[in-house]
Amino acid sequence: MSEPRIAKGRAREDVEGIRALISNHKRKDLMFALLGMAALGLAAVTFIALFTGMVMDGASRLSPDFFTNFASRRAENAGILAAWVGTFTVMIVTAAVAVPLGVASGIYLEEYAPRNWLTDLIEININNLAGVPSIVYGLLALGLFVHTFGLGASVLTAGLTLALLILPVVIVATREAIRAVPGMIREAAYALGATRWQMVQHHVLPYSMPGILTGVIIGLSRAIGETAPIVTIGAVTFIAFLPPAPVTADPPFLSFDWLSSPFTAMPIQIFNWTSRPEEAFQANASAAALVLVVMTLIMNALAIWLRYRLRKNLKW
Amino acid sequence: MSTNSAAPSAAPVLGRLGHRRSRHVKERIIEGLLLSAAMAAVATTLGIVFILVKESIVFFSNVSMVDFLTDTQWTPLFSDPHFGIMVLLSGTLTSSAIALSVAIPVGTILAIYLSEFASARMRETAKPILELLAGIPTIVFGYFALFFLTPILKQFIPGLPGFNLLSAGLVMGIMIVPYISSISEDAMRAVPMALREGSYAMGATRLQTALRVVVPAAFSGLAAAYILGISRAVGETMIVAVAAGMQPNLTFNPMDQAATITAYIVQVAKGDLPHGSVGYQTIFAAGLALFLLTLVFNLLGYWLRRRYREVY
Repeated sequence: MSEPRIAKGRAREDVEGIRALISNHKRKDLMFALLGMAALGLAAVTFIALFTGMVMDGASRLSPDFFTNFASRRAENAGILAAWVGTFTVMIVTAAVAVPLGVASGIYLEEYAPRNWLTDLIEININNLAGVPSIVYGLLALGLFVHTFGLGASVLTAGLTLALLILPVVIVATREAIRAVPGMIREAAYALGATRWQMVQHHVLPYSMPGILTGVIIGLSRAIGETAPIVTIGAVTFIAFLPPAPVTADPPFLSFDWLSSPFTAMPIQIFNWTSRPEEAFQANASAAALVLVVMTLIMNALAIWLRYRLRKNLKW
Repeated sequence: MSTNSAAPSAAPVLGRLGHRRSRHVKERIIEGLLLSAAMAAVATTLGIVFILVKESIVFFSNVSMVDFLTDTQWTPLFSDPHFGIMVLLSGTLTSSAIALSVAIPVGTILAIYLSEFASARMRETAKPILELLAGIPTIVFGYFALFFLTPILKQFIPGLPGFNLLSAGLVMGIMIVPYISSISEDAMRAVPMALREGSYAMGATRLQTALRVVVPAAFSGLAAAYILGISRAVGETMIVAVAAGMQPNLTFNPMDQAATITAYIVQVAKGDLPHGSVGYQTIFAAGLALFLLTLVFNLLGYWLRRRYREVY
């Protein structure tokens, strides 16, 4: 008579135990969800603090003069003219080198490369280069471009260095974009007698162009903020002139002297101003940092938007 | 088939066949050009190794390897020079340890949250924010650490010097969070849905499923994320150069200022050093140490990432 009752009691205990267990696990589940949101909040708070900090310190310095003045020993007269022009010219060289080289590498690896040791070697190299600290590229440039090739601390040297730095980004983006083009497109082109290059040129490249473009923009937005490599090659921090204009009055009307001109760049200017003890320069650093961040944010937002549109419109 | 009867109509065909030969040559040339572009990556690696080793050989003919590894002072530009890489390594290790103690937990929690908990809409808003955070130039983070975080930390820790490893490390940690979370999330999303469904069917909560099913299944991807995070922390330059000071200091105390390997290279390269001087060579020796350190982590991370890709 008493045995089933005990069993019943036990069962009730068991059920209550299980309920407690379940609610305990549910509580933990909820707590983790809150923790996750807190982690996301930390990222957002950092982003907001960074931005408002820069605006509060630097907004007062953001006047048209700030963009049209050269660096100066007096903080209130100093501007970023040489810096943004330098950054712009370096980016032109970087894009001119990294885009053809990176896209060609990507095409080779996706469309041509046989499965052999050479392809493996190239792949391992690209993966490793993506993780090499940027300052090591600076040392490469210092030893090779500056002292072995004798290019000096010029726009060309900086552009080449940053091009090598973002090459892995461009290659990976190109490969992903090409991989997204379905195989039947290739087969259709071959069926009409196209050679491999005709197929690539007329079909694969145009279809993968938005994806490649996204990768190039992300790469350039990384290059624009890179400081360590161009400090290492010995970029000058105080420059009160602009590189010579690329267009001249005399024939042949085009001049490439700007390539060998010494330069400064936005990140170098910021670095220079942050390492000064006077507080007035700190405001300049904030303002310049704000300009640089806005530049990279615009580029990144453009890339994110492009990719978003791409994903939406793509229906093979 | 017979040549005689087909002769009149064969001429244009033959002409086109001749044309095909030139097509073939052109194809081979293009393939060669593309291959040589792809070899640029190999050439870059070779160039890096060549330059670092070449200058380091000269350096090590002046300084013995034993001194380099065991000396406890780093004073290459003094009249009584000492070259103990341990001094710089201590700064690198301390700042990296602080950074990773922030980045690994926060990055992992974030990845689990985004992959297992968050709604699709939440994920769509959160990921661009993280990408933007990852896109901010490191010099700006350095500025943030020096002028924003250090003054705040000073209020809690009296006597904290203006340059310190703590502030630099914390900001570096936040910088690395997006890298770790995005690689980890990719790894976790590669885990097949059937495993999760099995777990849910057994009555597990999302957290139990995440911790006991998804994380173990994605473990090699998570490990790869951590290792690439370490590599990034070790190689990070501008944050520590701006916010941790440039004073070589054998210390593991986060409240101290200290130079890392990377900060030392920046400091020396910023000044005008004559080509071929000992100071010039030291940055290549330091760079070689840095390159080898990150190479080990990168190869390990690459191998681990490939492993999880092959499983599913």
